[in-house]
Amino acid sequence: MSPNSTGNRLFDRPLRELGRALLFLFTAISRMRFSRLQVAETLRQVYFAGVRSLVIIVTCGFFVGLVLTLQTYDTLTRFGAGDAVSTVLALSLFRELGPVLTALLFAGRAGTSITAEIGLMRATEQLDALDLMAIDPMERIVQPRLIAGLIAVPALVLIFNVTAIVGGVFFAVFLMGNDPVTFWSNMQASVELGRDFLGGMVKAVAFGFLAAWLAVWFGWSARPTSEGVALATTQTVIATAITVLILDFVLSAFML
Amino acid sequence: MTHTEAAIELRNVTVELGGRTILENLDLVIPAGKVTAVMGPSGAGKTTVLRLITGQIRPDSGEVRVGDTRVDQLSGKALNRFRREIGVLLQNGALFTDLTCFDNVALPLREHTELPETLIRRLVLLKLQMVGLRGAAGLYPRELSGGMNRRVATARAMALDPSIMLYDEPFAGLDPISLGVSLRLIRDINHALGITSIVITHDVDEVAHLADQCAIIADRQLMASGSPAELADSDNPLVRQFMQGLPDGPVPFHYPADDLAADLLAAEKQQ
Repeated sequence: MSPNSTGNRLFDRPLRELGRALLFLFTAISRMRFSRLQVAETLRQVYFAGVRSLVIIVTCGFFVGLVLTLQTYDTLTRFGAGDAVSTVLALSLFRELGPVLTALLFAGRAGTSITAEIGLMRATEQLDALDLMAIDPMERIVQPRLIAGLIAVPALVLIFNVTAIVGGVFFAVFLMGNDPVTFWSNMQASVELGRDFLGGMVKAVAFGFLAAWLAVWFGWSARPTSEGVALATTQTVIATAITVLILDFVLSAFML
Repeated sequence: MTHTEAAIELRNVTVELGGRTILENLDLVIPAGKVTAVMGPSGAGKTTVLRLITGQIRPDSGEVRVGDTRVDQLSGKALNRFRREIGVLLQNGALFTDLTCFDNVALPLREHTELPETLIRRLVLLKLQMVGLRGAAGLYPRELSGGMNRRVATARAMALDPSIMLYDEPFAGLDPISLGVSLRLIRDINHALGITSIVITHDVDEVAHLADQCAIIADRQLMASGSPAELADSDNPLVRQFMQGLPDGPVPFHYPADDLAADLLAAEKQQ
């Protein structure tokens, strides 16, 4: 067997899978419909994916802010630059940590639940039932969850950033006794609305779409057995983690 | 049987799935306004017949006709329009677990009609009353037994007043009381509304109480058809084995294997 054919076999399956996932996404988008029922179902999914992720987002956000400030404050004070801690905190959160960590947490909390839900709907013939009632499962199941990811993740990124900053303020101002005015004014002076804040939000929208797409795709294509659904939820987390980090690098490279 | 009496006709239908022939030149006629049981051993292709009628799969050759509609030629919006005319009860009911029984039954009405919510409420309650579960309207499927779930699913399948009802294994795994309820329900719905009912099943005893007509599918073809009494008296060995539930016959008890003595001797030699 030539090395070339081994290479072909190695890439054959992932490429085939990618092609099917893209075709699935194209079908879902091309059949997009904005009826009253569709909007109501999308809002319901925003609640399930977004509101129910709040606890994990707020908790992790607070502690990420806390530990980030702790580590950078310790290093910066050695160089007499302790006042710059709010700058480091805000820039790392807005540009990188906020969107990336929120997307990873979203995949673990909401992505897995979307995958398992759709996989079980397939296993229990609920998708067939929709089809037989002349209701398009793409419209009823897939589209609301895709849009919900697109709305929920940017909103969660904002909340993550805010709670992380609260964590930072708690450590730097309340525990270390830094001047709050210096803390806030340094942050305000160093963060650019376009490049830092909106750049981060562009990433949030991209990651939200990616995480929702992968979650619905792995659920949709899951084998209708308990092993199949278990495997699909694992794949959702792994695929989202890898692709979010790759996409983050690509977007960061373009934004700088 | 004349053409006008037939609600559903499968003509010369061949279906191949995954390289295996499931049905071969099958001819099947389902009379209008009656309860027809489609029976046969497990894996004989009964559910494939259901999926052909609903347009979920297309035959590799042959015709599937429901009324004047060629189902095998439908797709897209035309297929969706056709599906509003038929009700299907899937094997486990397939209710949406995140919706209450009320919302499950209301779903097709909300999706396909512009009726005001007050009217939808009345219709849903009447459908649930028909299956005896109006009192469970606010409950979720997980709060009901398997038999009750199927009754709610029957109400959902009836929501748009279909002219044809298809039931896929409606008696599988039911306790005797639920089974009696299901039998009565299928029969009452059929008689009260004058619709055509097709019951995919392998429960011979229940069919005798329920069906006006039976069709037995085996070996990829229609093996026999007639009233339950006619089939019970059949001379065909496979029909007799099936109707009497005999463990051995044309459908063998043993999975194909080498001669037992040779197999045992080979095992001894290996030791």
